[in-house]
Amino acid sequence: MRFVDEFRAPGLIAKAGEEIRRLADPRRHYRIMEVCGGHTHAIYRFGLKDLLPENVELIHGPGCPVCVLPMGRIDDGLSLAAEPNFIFAAFGDMMRVPGTHGSPLEYKARGMDVRIVYSPADALKLARNNPEKHVMFFAIGFETTAPSTALTLTRAKAEGLRNFSVFCNHVTIIPAIRAILDSPDMRLDGFVGPGHVSTVIGCRPYHWIAEDAGKPVVVSGFEPLDILQSIVMLLRQLRNGEAKVENQYKRVVPWEGNRAALRAMGEVFELRPYFEWRGLGFISQSALKIRAGYAQWDSEQRFSVPGVRVTDPKAAQCGEVLKGVLKPAQCKLFGNECTPEKPVGALMVSSEGSCAAYYNYEHRKPVTIANAAVTSAAAN
Amino acid sequence: MCLAIPGKIVELDLLNANQAVVDVVGVRRKVDLGLLADDPPIAGDWVLIHVGFAMSKISEADAADQMRTLNMLGEVDAAMEEVCGYGLENDEHGESPQRWKQ
Repeated sequence: MRFVDEFRAPGLIAKAGEEIRRLADPRRHYRIMEVCGGHTHAIYRFGLKDLLPENVELIHGPGCPVCVLPMGRIDDGLSLAAEPNFIFAAFGDMMRVPGTHGSPLEYKARGMDVRIVYSPADALKLARNNPEKHVMFFAIGFETTAPSTALTLTRAKAEGLRNFSVFCNHVTIIPAIRAILDSPDMRLDGFVGPGHVSTVIGCRPYHWIAEDAGKPVVVSGFEPLDILQSIVMLLRQLRNGEAKVENQYKRVVPWEGNRAALRAMGEVFELRPYFEWRGLGFISQSALKIRAGYAQWDSEQRFSVPGVRVTDPKAAQCGEVLKGVLKPAQCKLFGNECTPEKPVGALMVSSEGSCAAYYNYEHRKPVTIANAAVTSAAAN
Repeated sequence: MCLAIPGKIVELDLLNANQAVVDVVGVRRKVDLGLLADDPPIAGDWVLIHVGFAMSKISEADAADQMRTLNMLGEVDAAMEEVCGYGLENDEHGESPQRWKQ
């Protein structure tokens, strides 16, 4: 049982599984969405689904930044990379995401200057070290990452660094949840709320989900026990006919969020009137654009960007999977034409994408915490 | 990319209040403290780091918890690659993330 011992309180994991079975009304079918891609990854990696009764279904949400980015934005960003003396800098997650004419890595193979950075601050450093070139940071991410991009822009402005700009694709999680709740083919009972987004925005922005939409929200950590406890908390609320916002991840998430991070975002960004999300379509006020005061450092305001809209490859059903209407394996391309080694859609690229998570863990069925815990419970 | 990495502040930059050196399981890198401006950490504090920025102060026990979470999720290599990559210094010093593998 060495495997089980690696986890915090393995006994509690089996207990949480029992508690979920006790709380779930056998006459009901529960559909719970985990919003964050990090949770999706953990759920598949540990096979947590196997610990849940059949009538408690987990639906994978839109919280994977590279997955929700439409291909047109990648094409737009890469079209600038073709300029002479131009450096295209992005996080490693972006590098294998396919655009119409290839991924950033394939552009690099064709001789364009494409660099992986681990921090927006490093993209800024590249600009300082390469004054004869223009460095564009292709920014992606939810509220977890947006404050770091914002601070980097304030630093660029303070230094008066002219050869740096940001191609901003930052999105915000609340409008996406609203779009999903408004979608007629989506019936959900509650949400496992994102962990690290909430360290920035806190728990208050979720209140309308509980108060107006009547759905419980539990902000959750990433360990198996965290996720199972959050499901227990959701089922308990549902059984009592309650809908409130609870914080299971108190050890990291303050209720009020991080005010300094929110201030930095407010200083640099404003809401776009609308933004296209892969799979979810256009969602109003769901993304951030760089304010006029920082126009010099906004790639879109500074350069001419084609602004293309590209439909996803027809056969790929990324949109349906992203909305939770289809499971990854129900897509026609899954595991055949679309694999993590040769991805067609973005959900197969990122480890937080539900297709990659499903392919790596569920599809291959390794030993998981779930079957280890079940074996352990049976042995006792 | 949404997993945060725990690190211990070992040194504050006297010339630049926004910078500190953190230690992540033996690897030392500069991180930006700007997002903790309301409650700046001091040497010895533990923080969660995301894309080169400290985003929250946490307890030592929670830092250990977070490192275990990364381990369980199979994300330690990716996290160490990220930390080693901060500052683009891995090229200069010839350090490879493998060196810090657990």
